[in-house]
Amino acid sequence: MTEPVAMQTDSNAISSWRAFIGTFKRDLLLVFRRRSDIVNPLLFFTIAVTLFPLGISPDAVFLAQIAAGVLWVAALLATLLSLDSLFQQDMADGSLEQLVISPHPLAVLVLSKVLVHWLVTGLPLTLLAPLLAVMMFLPDAGFGTLFISLLLGTPTLSLIGAIGAALTVGLRRTGVLMTLLILPLYIPVLIFGTGAVISASQGMAVTGHLAILGALFLVALVSAPLAAGAALKISLNG
Amino acid sequence: MQELLSGQGLACERDDRLLFSHLHFSLNCGDVLQIAGPNGTGKTSLLRMLAGLLPDYEGEIRFQGELVNDNADHFRENLLFIGHHPGIKLNLTPEENLRWYQSLYRPASDEQIRQALAKVKLTGFEDVPCYTLSAGQHRRVALARLFLQAAPLWILDEPFTAIDQGGVKEIEQLIADHATQGGAVILTTHHNLSLPVELKVIDLGQTVQLKIEGDDD
Repeated sequence: MTEPVAMQTDSNAISSWRAFIGTFKRDLLLVFRRRSDIVNPLLFFTIAVTLFPLGISPDAVFLAQIAAGVLWVAALLATLLSLDSLFQQDMADGSLEQLVISPHPLAVLVLSKVLVHWLVTGLPLTLLAPLLAVMMFLPDAGFGTLFISLLLGTPTLSLIGAIGAALTVGLRRTGVLMTLLILPLYIPVLIFGTGAVISASQGMAVTGHLAILGALFLVALVSAPLAAGAALKISLNG
Repeated sequence: MQELLSGQGLACERDDRLLFSHLHFSLNCGDVLQIAGPNGTGKTSLLRMLAGLLPDYEGEIRFQGELVNDNADHFRENLLFIGHHPGIKLNLTPEENLRWYQSLYRPASDEQIRQALAKVKLTGFEDVPCYTLSAGQHRRVALARLFLQAAPLWILDEPFTAIDQGGVKEIEQLIADHATQGGAVILTTHHNLSLPVELKVIDLGQTVQLKIEGDDD
């Protein structure tokens, strides 16, 4: 009667890696149950890029000049639009609380959620970009770099965006606040991303640009999950 | 009796309003503690504070004699918290919801998950999306975790919301069983609990400035 329930001290049975995989699977499953979450950013990306030849000029020489910038800006905005949903649902149904009080580093679970976000927005955007680049008359030499720069840049956008999403998740109406918070952090990624594509189109070296994009990615990979985790705890406190 | 959880001088302030202060309690293995009080007196805030969801609080919370903040992982491994929102994903099936929860704690086989769902009367609903289920059934999915996760400390915020009378009896029995096996339960509810074990009560409805004693030994 007074015998206490066995305390769970053998921590080998509780594994953060399994929690990472479990959260990854759950979020991926949720996205596939709500496919509009994948389609919306891609649709926005396609529409935004398509409007430039229609609205400005269908001239091939002119479009080739702005192609890199337009593609990168559209990809950035598409990512931004998709960030709202990153923690919102979890907050509303209470599973965010469960993430926070689970016996795992919150950064690991945040990273798992960000990975899913990138797989369903950043990666499809990266795969779609070369197709839209054809429409924008991007010079042939720029295609490879466009792909690689987005492949390095979009995970950084998802990671940084997670901080903004975590900071604003407790607010009733996030509106434009999240955009204001994270857009300044997006600007270096945008500058070096477009810089790389423009350099490649003109036949110049791109390793410098790509190296900085890679460095930005690594910094974001290490620090953004920690920052987003701390921000989530603050948001739940409110 | 071994002390499981204790609080010293706890105080909670929300929006410049003092909800409670100087709250002391001690919870031993085998205890069931009900946090009582009218709406808006800080019951949920107190539970969230104890579960570690309010990082900025006044006072000390100790788990097995150790400050909770010093060994948070150990505390969290031994805690099962079901909050005001049941934490159920509407687009997932009950089975998928539970599988995710178990990935955060101890893995459970599909068979164990099905058995737990059967115990909360959800047989036949294992693989339908939760948005087709009722509010009471959502809560039952969350409560199925009580069968899966062998945590000694349960913190349950309004576990009987939307549950039918028969279900309330079963959960009361479950809580009593957990206590007699040496676990401890803290809960809020507006139901009149009829438990075969002794019930401790902290009433937050009494004037908040008074020193409220929850321990009876």
